[in-house]
Amino acid sequence: MTSNSVSSDRFNYALRLGDNALILSHRLSEWCGHGPALEEDIALTNVALDLIGQAQFWLGLAGELEGAGRSADDLAYKRDAGAFRNALLVERPNGDYGHTLMRQYLFDAWHVEVLAALTASSDPRFAEIAAKAAREVAYHVERSGELVAALGDGTPQSHARMQSALDALWAYAGGLFVGDEIDARLAEQGIAPAAGSLRPEWDRATGAVFAQAGLKPPASAFAHKGGHTEALGHLLAEMQFLPRAYPDAQW
Amino acid sequence: MVSEREVWDWLGQIPDPEIPVLSLVDLGVIREVRFDGDTLVVGVTPTYSGCPATAVIKQDIEAALRAHGVDKLRLERRLSPPWTTEWMSEDGRRKLREYGVAPPSGRAPAACPRCGSSKLRRVSQFGSTPCKANYVCQECLEPFDYFKCI
Ligand SMILES: [Zn+2]
Repeated sequence: MTSNSVSSDRFNYALRLGDNALILSHRLSEWCGHGPALEEDIALTNVALDLIGQAQFWLGLAGELEGAGRSADDLAYKRDAGAFRNALLVERPNGDYGHTLMRQYLFDAWHVEVLAALTASSDPRFAEIAAKAAREVAYHVERSGELVAALGDGTPQSHARMQSALDALWAYAGGLFVGDEIDARLAEQGIAPAAGSLRPEWDRATGAVFAQAGLKPPASAFAHKGGHTEALGHLLAEMQFLPRAYPDAQW
Repeated sequence: MVSEREVWDWLGQIPDPEIPVLSLVDLGVIREVRFDGDTLVVGVTPTYSGCPATAVIKQDIEAALRAHGVDKLRLERRLSPPWTTEWMSEDGRRKLREYGVAPPSGRAPAACPRCGSSKLRRVSQFGSTPCKANYVCQECLEPFDYFKCI
């Protein structure tokens, strides 16, 4: 293993973490001013704010690791869909509020675990960002888990919506645990956890919430992985419009 | 020559942009003050990752120190160890309470900052800024902010 490909693995991994946070943050910000209640609107945008802060750290690190002079903003605004490394789950459209909360919970439950594992990374740059983000994400998963349980165990209408969200998102969530050769090499060096190693604890934690909610995860183990869905291009068209159209715009 | 002690005193007079009763030193975001040759180095840690106040805090530190005649200045970001509410000073906690914000204390606020009652109800874990949750007192019926633990 040359040190060159190790640093490119780290760059790609930092991009994945940064892109997950960035894309999900953008999805959540689409709810700003449209939440079903003021508290929900505020909560969701606060979660979005934490995620955008985390995205800045991860993409900043990715830029450093790449060493080509790209800043976090360059990486966020000047890449096309094909160069994004986020999980498919986070780019899925918001749907109804229940769908948004289900996507959030499936992600949060994975996010707390990956960050906990990264806190022990052999690369201190990954460990320090993870330690910072983990404290924020502990609040995210508490909230999304409580809401999934409450809505699943709510009215027939809310229950039906949560079940259909779970059915629709299940295979995308599964993609979080399908690793590739980058994950494998980083795991070997203790830099990042192997993707599949996070699944048992995720199954246990989400299983407990689904049981409380009266929701049934699909039996299928099929997982979507790789590439992007059509949804990402539309999201980027909105997110990147301003810096692309007015490259020197100042706040 | 300016002493590190003097710099700490100056930083202790800069208000937090979102909760102005707290100084940056009360908040616990100043990690280090030292001289690297004749350059003053101030290590600053962010509170919440996405907190918009972080950029304002940086500007305020620069402006204040320049006003005190410091011309060679470098601000360094410190992520580790991460900022937690444990870094907030005792003085800061008292000032928060007097300001009407319940100071951080474990999973939930200890008492209503207005009447002292412990009969409280959580309205939302997320409030007007990333660091706050929203509570209402069941005794005096006033809503209040809780500076939540992180
Ligand atoms: Zn009260």
